[in-house]
This record gives sequence, structure tokens and C-alpha cells, in this order.
Amino acid sequence: MTTLTKYVRWDTVVTVLLVAVFLAGAGTTDGFADTSNLSAALDDTAEIALIALPMTLLVVAGQVDLSVASMLGLSSALAGALWDAGWTFELIVPVCLLVGAAGGVLNGWLVTRIGLPSLAVTIGTLTLYRGLASVVLGDKAVADFPDAYAKWAAYTRTVPGTFVPYPVALFIVFAVITAVVLHCTGFGRSLFAIGAQEDAAYFAGIRVKRIKIALFAVSGLVASFAGIVYTLRYGSARADNGIGLELTVIASVLLGGVDFDGGKGTLGGAVAGVLLIGLLGNLLTLNDVSNEVQVIVTGLLLIASVLTPRVISAVSERRSTPDQLTPGQLPDQTRLERPSTS
Amino acid sequence: MKSLVANPLARKALAPEARSTGPRIRALAVTAVVCSLALAGCSGTTKNSVKNDDKPAESGQKANPDAPLKKGLKLAFLPKQINNPYEQIVDNAGIAAAKGFGSSGKEVGPSDAKASSQVSYINTLTQQRQNAILIAANDPNAVCGPLKQAMKQNIKVVAYDSDTAKDCRQIFINQASSEQIGRTQIQHIAEQLHYKGQIAILSATQNATNQNTWISYMKDELKKPAYKNMKLVKVAYGDDDDQKSFQETQGLLKAYPKLKGIISPTTVGIAAAARYISASSYKGKVVVNGLGTPNQMRKYVKDGTVAQFALWDPKKLGKLASYAAAALASGQITGAEGEKFKAGDLGDYTVGKDGEVILGPPTVFDKANIDRFNF
Repeated sequence: MTTLTKYVRWDTVVTVLLVAVFLAGAGTTDGFADTSNLSAALDDTAEIALIALPMTLLVVAGQVDLSVASMLGLSSALAGALWDAGWTFELIVPVCLLVGAAGGVLNGWLVTRIGLPSLAVTIGTLTLYRGLASVVLGDKAVADFPDAYAKWAAYTRTVPGTFVPYPVALFIVFAVITAVVLHCTGFGRSLFAIGAQEDAAYFAGIRVKRIKIALFAVSGLVASFAGIVYTLRYGSARADNGIGLELTVIASVLLGGVDFDGGKGTLGGAVAGVLLIGLLGNLLTLNDVSNEVQVIVTGLLLIASVLTPRVISAVSERRSTPDQLTPGQLPDQTRLERPSTS
Repeated sequence: MKSLVANPLARKALAPEARSTGPRIRALAVTAVVCSLALAGCSGTTKNSVKNDDKPAESGQKANPDAPLKKGLKLAFLPKQINNPYEQIVDNAGIAAAKGFGSSGKEVGPSDAKASSQVSYINTLTQQRQNAILIAANDPNAVCGPLKQAMKQNIKVVAYDSDTAKDCRQIFINQASSEQIGRTQIQHIAEQLHYKGQIAILSATQNATNQNTWISYMKDELKKPAYKNMKLVKVAYGDDDDQKSFQETQGLLKAYPKLKGIISPTTVGIAAAARYISASSYKGKVVVNGLGTPNQMRKYVKDGTVAQFALWDPKKLGKLASYAAAALASGQITGAEGEKFKAGDLGDYTVGKDGEVILGPPTVFDKANIDRFNF
């Protein structure tokens, strides 16, 4: 596509930026590179990071799930209500996960069977799941979860010998699995195919609907799991937990170079995006930079991440002949009409 | 279709494994859920079976009431949200007071009042080794872990305006006793309404500790026989957001045509409610009362929309919080009941039960006295 993007990919840029932020922080700010600070900063991004994994898969496949934060809230509210009702914690977790997966299947069903765009569907379920959360728990806040579990979510308990808190360690394991699935399996390749050209993928024999439903189900499942982590970490189950979190997740994924139009991106980039937003926020807070400025910085980074690759490709396209296409790219005029049966 | 074959992605996707992985993933998820369900049968941790070992961290320190107030202390104010005008007044007064006794103060905080937004700030303040964190908690429990962590590092914690769980701070500066605030709100509006008619409450966020405590006392007060002709029809939540509060007011008046009064125990809510009513046909028919600041409410008092409202002096609250934090950091007090400290020209204060220090009774503002206040 372009000479420049052949050598420098956006996810590499983000990774370099991440390292730069870390080094700048360690060099300029007292306490930033302390293990206790890094543990806390990492733990603060735990839920965002977890949800970002299935979100990356969805965005690569040209879909998006805006209902994740509401599912997190619903899971939290449900956990609180059941805990209050005297259920065992060990039973609450699988029930919440089931509800999460079911919510995801509903998203997937609406997208594939009714044929609505995922953006519209999940804006609807965003409101629906948050509403259900309020029905389940009302305006109560349930605390007093068992210390034995709460401690696992706190940043003060880390994997021995490291500064990695357990929720983050779990994220690392999941991230490796997701990376392998996305980049080393046929399933992963079919996600790219669906994202690049859904109709082509369909005609190539990929079971587009089934895969989409599975993706949404996993997204709901992970969001409800993140709801449990969130509840334990803050020791407070509430219906309004995690409001607005979906935007941070999507921003992180896009910042990591995953194309919102689908078909392009790497999991490494998405993870770097999550860590960049997390560490940058921590560094700015340590330097008493106001929240407003932080939001502006994140916004500018996001715009840059979406704009830069396009500007580069627009500039180089003007220089190169229009016939040159990189693998995985189809010229726009070949976009097929979506068959009504798919 | 020619281009389709030329697309290597599509060709790769034709490989047989591509088609079978979808269901496999689903099967995996199902297995995981089933496994954890099975696991759940084995043991059981319920609400009643756990005994959380969260006794307050006894510092073992003894209070020395004669210790001098230390200089050069670093105090950090962490409000519910950074743009809350009421808390800005409190914090600025606290910061000014800190300067007055030779220390420094600053205000940091999130731009939204979410339960968890304050947590990362507490962590960074601990990292910055502040001498004291003064917090108006959005959620009494969500901030607990990091505050305990801060106290372990010998950082003093003072809650003000909205309390945290009791063992997560040393002192809570209460603007007035919650019971007093709650009951007087009902008493005031009842007098205005001659003890009859429907009323509604326009609160801040659903989980604001202070709001909910006041509302529970309001409900309790309403049970008295004197209020038998009054009815609380709804508690609405404006989320301390001007526009949302404005819309909630509109909604309340539409939904309850017989509504006679609105109590809004939050400065953002009462101003928004007054703004809506002042420009509508309800002006003069629906009573607005609650807690507000004189500067925000002045024009509605003058144009007759609002006859009276109440509040304490937020400047005094900030000042008292600042002195309490300094007294803690200087070792004059530890937060135990009965300890005394001096809060500059505010006079002497005594720590009450559960580390609570009460500023004083609320002031009622009306046409006659409002011009004497500027905040």
C-alpha cells in the first residue's frame, strides 16, 4: 500500500510510544517506576485490558460491542444481589458468567439473524443491560465480599517475585491465548477475512454467522468476568459500576492500530494501546495534570492513531499507481452486494 | 468473483480448520462454565460464613494534645469530582487554611463522580507521599482498599462531606449531623406547604452516601402523624449534573401534576430545579427547598421562585477539615473519641463517636439574609 507503512506499522509506533512514556516517566517522576505504583497502575487497567481482548477480535471481524461495560455492571449488580441473598460466592461466579454469555449470544443473534449492524444492536443492549442491572440491585451498594477472594483482585497481592497483580497475570495468559487464536489459527484468519470482505468470506465458505455469535458470546462472557473482578477489586457491587468503560476499551483497541472498518490489526498493538492509555494516565496524574487535560491528550492520541495511517496511505497512493494492491486489500469497486440470505 | 480468488485471506480461510474452529470455541466456553458450576458445588463461601478481618489498623500511637502543629505538611483534597462548585469552595478554603498554618494544599480528582474514579488518585497521592488525603467519597467502600494502603504508609486520611467506611479513615468531618439535616428539610418544606400535598426529592447520584442518609431521615420524619397529609411520591436522581437535574425536574412535574414541593438536598439539583420552575407555569405554585449555595440561588430567591433553602458554610467545612488533617499529621489527635483539637478561629472541636467531628447546625437562607453571604 505504501512504502512507509511497509517498514513502520502503527502498532510498532504505539509500542515505541509506550516504551517512551515509561522511560520518560521513570526519568522525570518520583515514584512512577516504583513497583507499588506500577502494580496499582496495571491493576487499574485490569478490566479494560480483559475486555479489550475479545473487543480486538470483534473489531478485526468488522464488529463492535458497545454493551460490554453495561454487562460488567449487570454482572456486578447480580453478584451483589445474589451475595446479599446469601448465595455462595462459588455459585455466583458461574451464574454471572452464564448471564454474560447469554447476553453476548443475544447481541450476536440480533446482529446475525435480524441483520442489524452491531453498532446499533449494542447501543440498544448497552441501555438494556444497564437497565437490568438497576432492576437487579436498585440504588444499593453491596460490600463485604469475602476477603479471601477480594485480596486476589487487589494490587497489593502480586505474583511472587514480580509486580504483576493477579488480575493482570490472568490477562497476560488470556492475551497469549487470544494472540495465538488471532494470528496462528484458521479461525483467526477467518476473522480477518470477515472484517476485510464479509461477503467474500461468506462465499469462501466461512460460517460468518456462527463465528459472529461466538465472538459476541465470548465478549459477553469476558465482560461479566471483568464485572466480578471489578466488584472484588473495589469491594463494591453497584448497578452503575463501569459506566462509560466501553469507550476506553474501544479507544485503547483503536489506538493500538486495529482498524475500525475491520480486517486489519494485531493483538500486540491492542495490548500496547491499553497499556499506553493506562500508564500515560498514571504518569499524568502523578504530575498533577488535571483530568480535563488527560482526556484531551487521550483524544488527540486517538485521532492521531486513526488519522496517521490514512494520511500516509493517501499521500503515497497519490505517488504510486492505483493498481498496486497489497495482499488482503480489495479495491473498493469489487465490494459485492450482500446477499439477503447471509 | 475474480478478485475473490485473488484475495489470499479468503483463500487461507478456505482451509478446513477455519470452519470448525467456531463451534470449538463455543464448546470450550460451555465446558468452562460447566466446570466452574461443578466446582461451585464443592465448597461454599456465603455472606454469613465469612468473617472479614478488617479491624481498623490501630496505629498504637498516642495522641499528644500539646504537640505543635507541624509546618510544611502536604495536604491533598480529593473531591467527588473536580468541577463540583460546592466542593471547590470547600477545597479552596481548606487549601487557604493550610497556607495559613505554614503548610501547602492542593486539589486533584476525577471529572466524573463514578464510584471507582477516585481510586487511581488515591494510589498516586500515596505514591507522592502526601501527609494527608482529604476525601469526599463517591462510594464508601470502593475507596477503602487504597485508603487503608495509604494509612499503612502513615498518610492520614480525613473524610469530609461524604464519608467512607469507618475503618478507612481516621476522621470524618460532618457538615451537620445527618439526622438534623434530614429532619429539618422535611420540617421546612412542611411549614411552607401547611403540612399537606405531594412532595418529591431530587437527589444527586443513587449511591451518594450523604444524600441517602439524609433521605432515610426524611422518610423517617415523614412517618410522624403531623405529616399524615403529605406524601413522598418519588426520589429522582440528577447525578449532580445540571442538565440531568433540569430534565428530572421537568419529568417530576409532568409525571405528578399534583406535586406541591421538591426537596433537592444538593447544590446542583436545587439550582437546576429552581431554574426550570422560574421559567415555567409552575412558578409560585410548586415549592423548591433543599440545600444550595447563596450565590447560585440568589436570583431565584429574589424573583420569588424559592422562598428559603439551607446550607452550612462550606468555607468553614474546608477549614475544619484542613485543621483536622494537620492535627492528625502532627500527632495532636489520632481520631479516637474524646480527643480535642483547635481549628484556628473556628475554635475547639472534639472528636465524637466513630471519629466524627460535626461542624454545626445548617443555616437557613432567605430574602432577608441572603445578601450577607458570598459563596
